[in-house]
Amino acid sequence: MKRRRLWKFHGGVHLPQQKTISTTMPVHAAQLPKRLVLPLHQHIGASAKAVVEVGDNVLKGELIAHASGYVSAPIHAPSSGTVVAIADHPIPHPSGLHAPCIVIETDGEERWVEARPYDDYLHMDPSHLRNLVREAGIVGLGGAGFPSYIKLNPGADKVIDTLILNGAECEPFITCDDMLMREQPEQIVEGLHILQHALRAKRCIIALEDNKPEAYTALSAAVAKSERCNIIEIVQIPTIFPAGGEKQLIKVLTGKEVPHDGLPLHIGLVIQNVATCAAIHRAINLGQPLISRYVTITGGGVSQPRNLEVLIGTPIQELLEQCGALDIEPQRLIMGGPMMGIAVHTSSAPIIKTSNCVIAATDDDLPSPQPVMPCIRCGACADACPALLLPQQLYWYARAKNLERIQEINLFDCIECGCCSHVCPSHIPLVQYFRFAKTEIWSQEREKERADLARQRHDSRLERIEREKAERAARLQKKKQALKERSAGDSSKKAAIAAAVKRAQEKKARQQTKEPSANEEDSSQ
Amino acid sequence: MLSAILALGALAAVFGIVLGYATIRFKVEGDPLADKVDAILPQTQCGQCGYPGCRPYAEAIADNRADINQCPPGGETVILALAELLDRDPKPLNAENGVAKEETTVAVIDEQVCIGCTLCIQACPVDAILGAAKQMHTVIESECTGCELCVPPCPVDCIAMIPVKEHYLTWKWPFPDMPKTTTEPEK
Ligand code: SF4
Ligand code: SF4
Ligand code: SF4
Repeated sequence: MKRRRLWKFHGGVHLPQQKTISTTMPVHAAQLPKRLVLPLHQHIGASAKAVVEVGDNVLKGELIAHASGYVSAPIHAPSSGTVVAIADHPIPHPSGLHAPCIVIETDGEERWVEARPYDDYLHMDPSHLRNLVREAGIVGLGGAGFPSYIKLNPGADKVIDTLILNGAECEPFITCDDMLMREQPEQIVEGLHILQHALRAKRCIIALEDNKPEAYTALSAAVAKSERCNIIEIVQIPTIFPAGGEKQLIKVLTGKEVPHDGLPLHIGLVIQNVATCAAIHRAINLGQPLISRYVTITGGGVSQPRNLEVLIGTPIQELLEQCGALDIEPQRLIMGGPMMGIAVHTSSAPIIKTSNCVIAATDDDLPSPQPVMPCIRCGACADACPALLLPQQLYWYARAKNLERIQEINLFDCIECGCCSHVCPSHIPLVQYFRFAKTEIWSQEREKERADLARQRHDSRLERIEREKAERAARLQKKKQALKERSAGDSSKKAAIAAAVKRAQEKKARQQTKEPSANEEDSSQ
Repeated sequence: MLSAILALGALAAVFGIVLGYATIRFKVEGDPLADKVDAILPQTQCGQCGYPGCRPYAEAIADNRADINQCPPGGETVILALAELLDRDPKPLNAENGVAKEETTVAVIDEQVCIGCTLCIQACPVDAILGAAKQMHTVIESECTGCELCVPPCPVDCIAMIPVKEHYLTWKWPFPDMPKTTTEPEK
């Protein structure tokens, strides 16, 4: 096989892999939990809206919340049972705050709604396919959970040169995509066909790191069987963190840089995660919405680290128990990897669509942070930053809370990969500063919007009061005018009456007197 | 054809003149500095600064008639921003006007107790209270600025100021703990 030319992205770090601990056992389905907890907000974009009520019976795969907006995804019941609550519940979020969730008590029967497979997708037009992907509630399973159908909507004039399947799972500990590629390569290749058809992509690349030889072999076999194997290429890339980042992977494979404020689409590329791709296959070919995913349960806190196929909504606690948790509340529970993952405050929080890994971390897995020292301006952070930023400068402005300058040096290009913090000899928690700055900026923007609204409402109130005053004044004026007119009218009437009276009296007087007085009157006229 | 063009042209000319005249005749007199100051003020419209709203205070600051430390809801952030804008020295908040608020609050009306007297509606500077005479009133949370002006007029004391519940979508990452040894090299 010909070797493809590969490029290097800037920076990155080599990390201890810690992956083999969770790849020794084959994947099987996790036990059905008694309760499933489904947050209405599991991905970037708008929350879904519940379409069930407490007490409703639901079937496996039934729609329980629909998408509410363009960037949104529906949610389906992962198993059959009864909706017992729609209420706030702990979610896997760094804030530790609760959020609205649909809670389903499972009945153990796993009764499916009628599945509607669409095996003739080749005769379906792309927009129909996109709708089906949307209705299946599929979001990016590798990262932030961007609704996948949007990426299938490139616009009529866009030519997709290459469709990239991202199998680069670069963070330590996480192995769910690796296991999926080893065990379900056909699903991935099937999904790839669908995506290629929907996007009319000229070429497809499945990319994974060179530390996954088993997955490479399995995928190669599956691709060889496919009728479109001539346009599908499997590429092994060097293992370096964060090779699985969208922009980094594109750089490695094509040498192209995604524009600073652009999308891969703008340079003719679409990139999807391998697990997302398998989910698309299940949605189209089997008619199953996204209700489960592979999750890695690992770390020193469990005795049998492994991957499980988990129903979305399963509480983390149940998974820990099934993997032989030594202690249900280990010192630190991380969702995601040690570099970019988030601390989960309670094991009652559920697995959501974007949860790829749970680490029950002990001190051996993740050493506690070391004492922070002043920045020595060594520049190591800038050398390591894959986004070509100057973390030390960003840190300076974040510390000074100079939120204007920090945006000028592209804070929002930071992918929060943690490379800078990792290499910093002074152990400065750089990413934490950047996360702080980002959320602070968003909060100030919200506050500004609120203030603008208040200003507007205050102005319109003043205007209203002014207008009412003017109207009152106008009414008063009118009344006065009317009154005056009336009184003016009165006086003229009175005058007329007086004149008439006078005339009448004069007439009387004339009748009483003789001719001369009449002559007198005539001459006086 | 020609007459149509001429007619349209004439119309355009007339409208042009009318509009041009209108812009000159009805020009809104703006004060750019007061606008900038107003953009910094929190728009709570509470009047704690001694002016009947944020805009009048902004105008007073712009005319150099008022100090920059009179706004309690704005607190230190606003004082610093004003100091930078106007190149004046920052100073602590004037305690006579009140204290800076720790958390955002909104008014909530106890609808069981409300007698529908409309006094709060008249007090609210941003028309955030809904209701008519003799009907219970409700505060629109997203529009309430937390100014507390509606609280004293209520004859049955049914308005409470409650802190806004923290929401995971608007949650902020905390500022990391500062390094213990803060001997940063000078920039
Ligand atoms: S966390 Fe941000 S600044 Fe630090 S290395 Fe990664 S992208 Fe660069
Ligand atoms: S790596 Fe740490 S010490 Fe070195 S320049 Fe960056 S922030 Fe400063
Ligand atoms: S409802 Fe009360 S606290 Fe809220 S803005 Fe109106 S007057 Fe102020």
